[in-house]
Amino acid sequence: MTSIGTGYDLSASTYSPDGRIFQVEYANKAVENSGTAIGLRVKDGIVLAVEKIVHSKLLVPDANRRIQSVDRHIGLATAGFLADGRHLANRARDDSSNYRDTYRQPPPLKEVISRLSMYVQAYTLYSSVRPFGVSTIVGGVDVNGPQLYIIEPSGISYGYHGAAIGKGRQLAKTEIEKLKLSELSTREAVTEAARIIYLVHDDAKEKEFELEMTWIGDETNGLHVPVPKDLLADAEQKAKAALENFD
Amino acid sequence: MDHFPLSWGRPRNDALDAFNTYPMHKRPTHHDTFADGVQRTQQPIVTGTSVLAIKYKDGIMMAADTLASYGSLARFKSIQRLHTVGSSTVLGASGDLSDFQYIQSLMEDLIIEEHTAGDHHELGPAEIHEYLAQVLYSRRTKMDPLWNSLVVGGRKDSKNFLAYVDLLGTTYSSSSIATGYGAYIAVPLLRNAVDGRENTLTEEEARKIIVDCMRVLFYRDARSLNKFQISTVTDAGVTISEPIQLETTWSFAEGIRGYGAQTQ
Amino acid sequence: MPDGSFSHPQQRQFNPYTENGGTILAIAGKDFSVIAGDTRQSEGYSIQTRYAPKVFRLTDRAVLAVNGFAADGNMFVKKVQQRLEWYRHAHAKDMPLGAIARLIQTMLYGRRFFPYYVYNILGGIEEDGTGAVYSFDPVGSYEREACRAAGAAQSLVQPFLDNQIYFKNQQAPAGQSHPLHLPLSDVLAIVIDSFTSATERHIEVGDGLEIYVVLTKGRPTQDLEGYRGVKELTTRPDGDRVFLIQRELKKD
Repeated sequence: MTSIGTGYDLSASTYSPDGRIFQVEYANKAVENSGTAIGLRVKDGIVLAVEKIVHSKLLVPDANRRIQSVDRHIGLATAGFLADGRHLANRARDDSSNYRDTYRQPPPLKEVISRLSMYVQAYTLYSSVRPFGVSTIVGGVDVNGPQLYIIEPSGISYGYHGAAIGKGRQLAKTEIEKLKLSELSTREAVTEAARIIYLVHDDAKEKEFELEMTWIGDETNGLHVPVPKDLLADAEQKAKAALENFD
Repeated sequence: MDHFPLSWGRPRNDALDAFNTYPMHKRPTHHDTFADGVQRTQQPIVTGTSVLAIKYKDGIMMAADTLASYGSLARFKSIQRLHTVGSSTVLGASGDLSDFQYIQSLMEDLIIEEHTAGDHHELGPAEIHEYLAQVLYSRRTKMDPLWNSLVVGGRKDSKNFLAYVDLLGTTYSSSSIATGYGAYIAVPLLRNAVDGRENTLTEEEARKIIVDCMRVLFYRDARSLNKFQISTVTDAGVTISEPIQLETTWSFAEGIRGYGAQTQ
Repeated sequence: MPDGSFSHPQQRQFNPYTENGGTILAIAGKDFSVIAGDTRQSEGYSIQTRYAPKVFRLTDRAVLAVNGFAADGNMFVKKVQQRLEWYRHAHAKDMPLGAIARLIQTMLYGRRFFPYYVYNILGGIEEDGTGAVYSFDPVGSYEREACRAAGAAQSLVQPFLDNQIYFKNQQAPAGQSHPLHLPLSDVLAIVIDSFTSATERHIEVGDGLEIYVVLTKGRPTQDLEGYRGVKELTTRPDGDRVFLIQRELKKD
């Protein structure tokens, strides 16, 4: 049974007779059209990687980043509408800063996730708003070690060992499942993440892309920072080589 | 008539009506603490004494003892009054230590905000000082001051920076700075040793100057302690030492009546 | 205490002001203006620093000297500069001197009931090319004058200026009258003498001297050329010109 086109999809505050909220499902469509983003939670840290589709050669390289910092130790990668992603990142920063003001310590990741997902969920309740057109991978290293979560447009959030969102997520997930995440170091994970992004990129259909990668771990003193240029270049080279063997 | 049932049959307030002389309708009523507006103007409670800082060849050096006083009581003897901000700045505080802790959290928020911007810019000592000056000046203008004298020191892009800001928002920079008692006792010694030699003093010489001044301050400042920390900011970054024990000599006191063992 | 209250509780009040010493001075000539200040900043008997500027170039034709409570002074200058920048964005030119003077009065009076505890002296060139000095009190009363001293050593310097600039208590030689305007070289000599004298007799004055000289457009500069330590600060060609002379003062 389909209720599409029957008027139940016009508002986030209306259920369809079979209990679905179409606005939320449409938001998920926006995510599916986006370049892939993945996150790996490994032994001593987190790696976030994004396949940033470059839709014009006139764009400044490295601009319009899709991975952002929420706090010193928390990174956030989005798939979907970039502007929505930026808004969520700002909200997460406020949440994080509020936690710090109250407790005078860095927020545990699950605290930020809980607050941010409640915020996303609130946008599925009212006819006056639209749900966020992004899925968000949030990664960080807190007192409990490395943590990785996805928040979907519905506001639901799950913790993961490996996360993939966006166009190439199915293939990416199969590839991530092959990895021994609990034995990998962040440095090794950088290479794997680069390889997976290169693998899922469909150059028959898609335009050029930029690989955007950040990490958090012992090597970065627990800070969420971009992967250093030399390491990134190295990972990209290995990714291309692996791809040729794959073909 | 007291229309508030809650105050009917309440125990008489001994402080206000010790002899029960007030008829009920004139009974001293509970006074709203906030009725006259919020009380903001404060006085420092738990305080730190002097901070010393100088410029030298490779950077700046700063020192502060580890004592937090409660009036004349040496209340906490192992607190830190030097604080790293970002990667090229150190902040030293005298005055109210709870206000200083609040300032530390402001610095934390500021640095995180800069980190999340992800634009590869970093705040240096000059920016940190300007920010603090604006915060302290605006708080004094609200008649709600942050009761501190702060020294901001750092080195960025191979340039040394040393400046002061206090609860009134007064600022200045100089090649040697001391707050509190140090402004009277240490500044003459520091200027004598540093002025004109900012670009030749070695770290070792700078350290000797600072330690000597901390020693003089410990001898003369009753709110000081013989345990202190030294911070440096150089091209290599910020360091804050473990607490250092001052070496002091008291043998001279032996023969002085009132200091040594009393013979009569 | 019939109402049950005790006599008003005692409260030490936070004093939001202090006094940071120093002295400023400005003299207007026919086609120039000189604005000067020492660079010592003090509180009580302590010299906080030997170099804290009190005189600021606002535009190529306006210089502001600020004296009193240093924190208020710095904030005030910052806000004036911000207003001048907005003016430039709106009108694509610098605000004229007389307008700056009125702006300063408005800004000072805006804080009539929590004043900026500062004495301002504004010097520069008017739109008609004449040298001008405007002096202000902390709440904005102002007037255009030929010369003015303010700050810690005002009481030492102003009588000297009255005598040397306004020729008070001086008799002109028979058949002659006092000059209406002094030449720049005389004015600079008077400024330097004022500060060396104030340094000698006032503990809050000394360390360094900064003299800004604003010359009207097209005026010859030869009487400045010989000066030791002179530096040009003009930002645009073909307009009024600003020069800075820096000198040492005694540091005791």
